[in-house]
Amino acid sequence: MSETRFTKDHEWVRLEDGIAVVGITEHAQEALGDVVFVDLPDAGRDVSEGEAVAVVESVKAASDVYSPLDGRVVETNPAIVEDPALVNRAAGGDGWFFKLELSDPAAFDALMDEAAYTAFLETH
Amino acid sequence: MDRGGSHLPGIPPAGDLYAERVPLAEANADLKTTPLDALHRALGGKMVPFAGYAMPVQYPAGIMAEHLHCRSGAALFDVSHMGQASLYGAGAAAALERLVPGDMQGLKPARQRYTLLTTAAGTILDDLMVANLGNERLFLVVNASRKDIDLPHIAAHLPAGVTLARHEDRALLALQGPAAAAVMARLSPEVAALPFMGVATVLIDGADCLVSRSGYTGEDGFEISVPAERAEAFARLLLAQPEVQPAGLGARDSLRLEAGLCLYGNDIDETTNPVEAGLTWTIGKRRKTEWNFLGAEPIRAMLHDGPARLRVGILPDGRAPARGHTEIAGPDGAVIGMVTSGGFGPSLGGPCAMGYVPAALAADGTALSLIVRGKPLPARVAPMPFVPHRYVR
Repeated sequence: MSETRFTKDHEWVRLEDGIAVVGITEHAQEALGDVVFVDLPDAGRDVSEGEAVAVVESVKAASDVYSPLDGRVVETNPAIVEDPALVNRAAGGDGWFFKLELSDPAAFDALMDEAAYTAFLETH
Repeated sequence: MDRGGSHLPGIPPAGDLYAERVPLAEANADLKTTPLDALHRALGGKMVPFAGYAMPVQYPAGIMAEHLHCRSGAALFDVSHMGQASLYGAGAAAALERLVPGDMQGLKPARQRYTLLTTAAGTILDDLMVANLGNERLFLVVNASRKDIDLPHIAAHLPAGVTLARHEDRALLALQGPAAAAVMARLSPEVAALPFMGVATVLIDGADCLVSRSGYTGEDGFEISVPAERAEAFARLLLAQPEVQPAGLGARDSLRLEAGLCLYGNDIDETTNPVEAGLTWTIGKRRKTEWNFLGAEPIRAMLHDGPARLRVGILPDGRAPARGHTEIAGPDGAVIGMVTSGGFGPSLGGPCAMGYVPAALAADGTALSLIVRGKPLPARVAPMPFVPHRYVR
């Protein structure tokens, strides 16, 4: 597993065997509260950086989840559809949302590292 | 009735959700606070602007746990942002009847009733609770977001000898849930003996309290008006009881939605007639012979002709919640109405909503579609409440 990178939309991204795994951050799940529903993209869909591709809903609100980079959705996580609260319990791990085959794997390196994301949180 | 505002409590627009961490100075600019503000912050409440007040949308336990605790134990809500007022003097009830369709003159002492302030157009200016304290004195509780409209409206319509006085020096707490009566019995046996919608003035822990057996969650419970300077001590006393946990506006909203109760500004407003809102029951029997309240004629006409649309409960077939402002499509796919409140019902274990549909499509079981993120999702008209009321009888 690679190091974890982050977006300003509060997604995390990790590379596993060249595939980007995407989820929402601990901060995001905390802000959302109890997750009760997720809507995930179809596998095979081509997505662009910043495109709303998934939805996460808590008791209080709905929020979009954006694609962190350009690529193609290759897999989604059925476990969070079955048990949406898994997103709260394991936002950074088993509560992942989807996997992307990146159009440009090098673009991963341009995302925020943990220190940068922490600094971003402190100023936003 | 609602807990005060024109939006669902604390709900930012989709996509903006993570931007809740508004800098404190900015978030608090011009916001009023309730007498329990320091307590909310000490309890870790997530404070949001609501009807001009900084209010807790939730505490660390979260909306789900707070909601479920209200249905299994007792939840303490701060509803001090709501407007409290006394209307007193000879003929106070008759004076109020000019503005509401409820039977105020028939309201017995120590009893409370839910009613509506109407507009000249026969729509709803606000919903409110009115208690008869005896001796020509009524006690009113109105919505936070409407109090600066309601109270001048009432004052402008009073005859000589009847006076409206605001109680800005009082807090209002709601203790709701099946354990609420046992908690209150420990503090004041007299209060625990109140019937549903009964009212009593009592001294609790040295504080001069006005207590009603009522609430807005569908559960048994109490609303307690307490002097502002005694509010925190009183709330701490309640929170020290083993059954009691604090709950915020988020849980209050999901509880009242499951209970099928209207939120002013969402489900009823100055465009809705009480008849189409399903609130015809608030029109007193005698009042339906007199029709002498503000806006009575259009309400009588709708009752006579039948409403074109009706507020109904809606249950999505699937798991996706449909929020307020979701479009409702009929069997042919054409948009025929709008969801006014909707979300996830923690006790129901699934999504639920209410909204307005044409009267011809208002029967329970009618198949509809909810247009969520551009996709029609199947749903059905369903009876309310979604979770049975458990008021004491």
